[in-house]
Amino acid sequence: MLKSKVLMVKTRSGKILKIVREHYLRDDIDNGLVGGKLDDHPPLQNDLVSLEHFLVVDTNVVLHQMDILEQPCIRNVIILQTVLHEVKHRSSPVYKRIKSLIENEDRNFFVFTNEHCIDTWSERAKGESSNDLNDRLIRIAAKYYNGCLKDRNQVAVLLTNDKANCSLAKKDGLNALTVEQYVKNIVGYPELLDKLAKVDESIEVDKSISYPEHLKLSQIQTGVKSGKFYQAKLNISRENYLEGKILCQDEEGKEILIQGRLNLNRAVHEDIVAVELLPKDQWSNPSGVVLDVTVQPGAEIKDEENSKQTVGVPTGKVVGIIKRNWRPYCGILESFGSPEMTRHLFTPAEKRIPRIRIETRQANTLIGQRIVVVIDSWPRFSKYPQGHFNEVLLLEHDVAHEPFSQGVLNCLPPTDWSIPNEELAVREDFRHLPICSVDPPGCTDIDDFGVHIADVSYFIRPGTPIDVEAATRGTTVYLCDNRIDMVPELLSSNLCSLRDDGDRLAFSCIWIMKPNAEIIKTRFCKSIIRSKASMTYAQAQMQIDDPTVNSPVAVGLRGLNTLAKILKKARIENGALSLASPEVRFHVDSETHDPIDLQNKELRDTNSMVEEFMLLANCSVAKHIQQEFPECAVLRRHPEPPQSNFDTFINAAKTRGLELNVESSLDLAKSLDKIEQHREGVHSYISTLLRILATRCMMQAVYFCSGLESDFKHYGLAASIYTHFTSPIRRYSDIMVHRLLAASIGADKTFSELLNKTEVQKVCKNLNFRHRMAQYAQRASVALHTQLFFRNKVVKESGYIIFVRKNAIQVLIPKYGLEGTVFL
Amino acid sequence: MAGMELVSDQGYRIDGRKPSELRRIRCNMGVFTQADGSAYIEQGNTKVLAAIYGPHEASNNMRNRVCLDRGFVNCEFSQATFSSAERKKRSRGDRKGRDISAHIKQTFEAAIRTSLYPRSQIDIYLQVLHSDGSLYCACVNAATLALIDAGIAMKDYVCACSASLTKGSSLIDINHVEELAGCAEFSASILPKLDQIIYSELNGRIHQDELGLLVDAVSTGCRDIFAVIDQFVRSRLAETASYFTHS
Repeated sequence: MLKSKVLMVKTRSGKILKIVREHYLRDDIDNGLVGGKLDDHPPLQNDLVSLEHFLVVDTNVVLHQMDILEQPCIRNVIILQTVLHEVKHRSSPVYKRIKSLIENEDRNFFVFTNEHCIDTWSERAKGESSNDLNDRLIRIAAKYYNGCLKDRNQVAVLLTNDKANCSLAKKDGLNALTVEQYVKNIVGYPELLDKLAKVDESIEVDKSISYPEHLKLSQIQTGVKSGKFYQAKLNISRENYLEGKILCQDEEGKEILIQGRLNLNRAVHEDIVAVELLPKDQWSNPSGVVLDVTVQPGAEIKDEENSKQTVGVPTGKVVGIIKRNWRPYCGILESFGSPEMTRHLFTPAEKRIPRIRIETRQANTLIGQRIVVVIDSWPRFSKYPQGHFNEVLLLEHDVAHEPFSQGVLNCLPPTDWSIPNEELAVREDFRHLPICSVDPPGCTDIDDFGVHIADVSYFIRPGTPIDVEAATRGTTVYLCDNRIDMVPELLSSNLCSLRDDGDRLAFSCIWIMKPNAEIIKTRFCKSIIRSKASMTYAQAQMQIDDPTVNSPVAVGLRGLNTLAKILKKARIENGALSLASPEVRFHVDSETHDPIDLQNKELRDTNSMVEEFMLLANCSVAKHIQQEFPECAVLRRHPEPPQSNFDTFINAAKTRGLELNVESSLDLAKSLDKIEQHREGVHSYISTLLRILATRCMMQAVYFCSGLESDFKHYGLAASIYTHFTSPIRRYSDIMVHRLLAASIGADKTFSELLNKTEVQKVCKNLNFRHRMAQYAQRASVALHTQLFFRNKVVKESGYIIFVRKNAIQVLIPKYGLEGTVFL
Repeated sequence: MAGMELVSDQGYRIDGRKPSELRRIRCNMGVFTQADGSAYIEQGNTKVLAAIYGPHEASNNMRNRVCLDRGFVNCEFSQATFSSAERKKRSRGDRKGRDISAHIKQTFEAAIRTSLYPRSQIDIYLQVLHSDGSLYCACVNAATLALIDAGIAMKDYVCACSASLTKGSSLIDINHVEELAGCAEFSASILPKLDQIIYSELNGRIHQDELGLLVDAVSTGCRDIFAVIDQFVRSRLAETASYFTHS
């Protein structure tokens, strides 16, 4: 079976290493033709190819024309190992996309391990570059397939955009086409042409602009090393898309301003760029002008008119791009120009992204729709980047909303499930205790009260389809009129919901406390509980307030409430922040789904009581699992924001004559409270407003694995360690925490993924991404409902100016939580 | 190198093997005339020479190790300057060398019928010509062949094999690239006919559930190695025996 071996010798700069690797060639490699994915009759017809054909693609086709390959009509594609490796090396997002295509059974994308197949391997010829070798290997493989397919009267077609490769392939007697040729002649799918990425350089030259050339990567690297260039992620200003800054990673954390189209030099928001400082006399200040193409198309204030100030901040220009971070952008097609034309400008919804030039023949149908566009390139002589149309937007933010698959549903216990006797034996029985649940009205997924949390990890066993699905979804997404569950309904609103209709499995965290809320002992156990009452926050509040009610539940609530107040006070003294958000909630008409009214979220004592015990439980659990599993505990951390984040915030307060101290979270909390107390000459809303603004200075809180980080602090809560334990039915992180906790008290077994820190970190990364996306979706949903609410409606409301710019003001209307820019 | 994909979705390792396949084994016996027994083994690119001296009277500096009722094993391990990617002069007593020689000594004291050689010393000299992963295992296999060549009585062949874990499945006979990936590495020496494990070593962390998987993988690997070297020994023996019949 081991046929032969080839030695490969590599040298690396610096020390000379001689690396010898074995390379086994085999005669048993599956080529997919007999009984495999390629044992098929490809249905796609093409005018240029008379026979039934399979496609062989080269690396650049995969890298640049992924949108074409992702079209469902493209099937029966042979992906060579050579190509897959190169793609992996060059672009990990594309690699992920091609992998998911390969995994999709319907699409018949077959991976051929050509480099280990004895028929398709060739050694590097003398003087041959690795690119040429790869091209040659691809041609050899295509030829091999042609030979195999001959008997079946089928043929392999090589798709390549490389002219040299194409002509060499033709010389070898292969069917080689460029993607454009192929796509143009596909029978029956004319719309594919729009998805074609622009690769040819023949785009019309825009005389008005010529960007400086980017430096070569090697030049950039030497420049960065010598300190001449700065390398950082570009952050375009929210208000002005022609102005950005970078935060250098050197000790001082210097900020460098980059102004104007030419200085930005084709860099797009979030690209990793190399920046050179300009001479001091060209330094300028942030312009203070709002430039927003979505509101004022064509508003092009002359670049850098306002830079004639005497002193400036460090200013630089982009000399090269180290890594593009382009992603698909959502937005609309601009409607000027005739729809018959094929060239159009696309305006992204994200204000920090420049407009993108795209070519489409469907402009008529696309105008007025939300579409997604991908940037392909940005040539030197084109004012705007070139891109192509990807899809009409159905769902942004990548929220998985499909119904649960049968495999997932099969993991559910039967609907008439009751607690088995074994569980009764091993769990502590708390059914005699007065336990109740408090939740928002109308909430069906009741899982919380203080210390008894539904034992979801009992139902969701590691490695089962339901577990995999929950880990992918990461979180339940709450929209205004809808909820996208992380786990199927049976669990979320029945078995794992601590309702007052029967016994439930729970995970309990039990404290023994002194009356001054000092914890004497903390204990965790799996238990069985029976809720005596499930209440809304308001009902609970009434029970506490009404002195005539003396049921065990009411008495218990009162005791807890007193403790909660002590805990809260202690927490605030520690420097926990209480910030505000202009959050609103809609009452949605159940028939038409139109919002009828809206309300700001209101807060009662009970809300904060429940919250206080949740926080306490989370902190206790975090401490415990970190002690038991120092390498792999799932924790949540909120990094301290860099001081520069607060600059605009402090300046905003200064205009009102208010001094803020932001050195630590305690200082910030104190100064915010001080403003609240002393009211003379200060508008009553200002403190709320400042709290809203302070929220925007914060960093994102993230999940992480304790074995890979050293900073555990939660800035907002002023806690030294924190995690999420209290909502396992809507957050996967909590399920992981439950599992760790269960293992630590001997109630459950560990398994390898749970204890592997890289695996844990990988899951955490996905959770962070999903949470962010869920937030975006929630915000978008609120925004949509706000729009619906104001449809056919004119309302007079008072608002507050939060920022003043040169040509605009930004206004917040607290009643609707609405913020907008008003141009003057 | 963490995060490297050791096995492709098609089920092939970086060098083209399947997870349960060994590298090519080539061996030879009696490569030195000076020594009492000697052997050479190649497992892929890992190449080791072994020489046996003994059993003989304990040398002067080993006097304190002499046992009245059995012989003892002395092992010396050295690695050639050119054996790895970077040229590096390795002194005889460096840490890695001391570790490996101690482990090999342990292994063979368990396998050689030392009670047949009271008060004597058996020397195992190992020289690595090329190191490409699973060094301990190649050394054990080479020493086994050399001991057979020297005619020293053993309970059984000693076969060693290594394994690693990636994504919950095992890889056997791991090479240098796979070692660099930083997964846990398990090696064991077994007596294949007696079905006994006489030595095992684990570097890195695994979950206890996975240990069984590794032990299974390694013992299958050892049996495969045994099949190869046993066949070689038998054919060599047949060849040697044929000289006697013809003369």
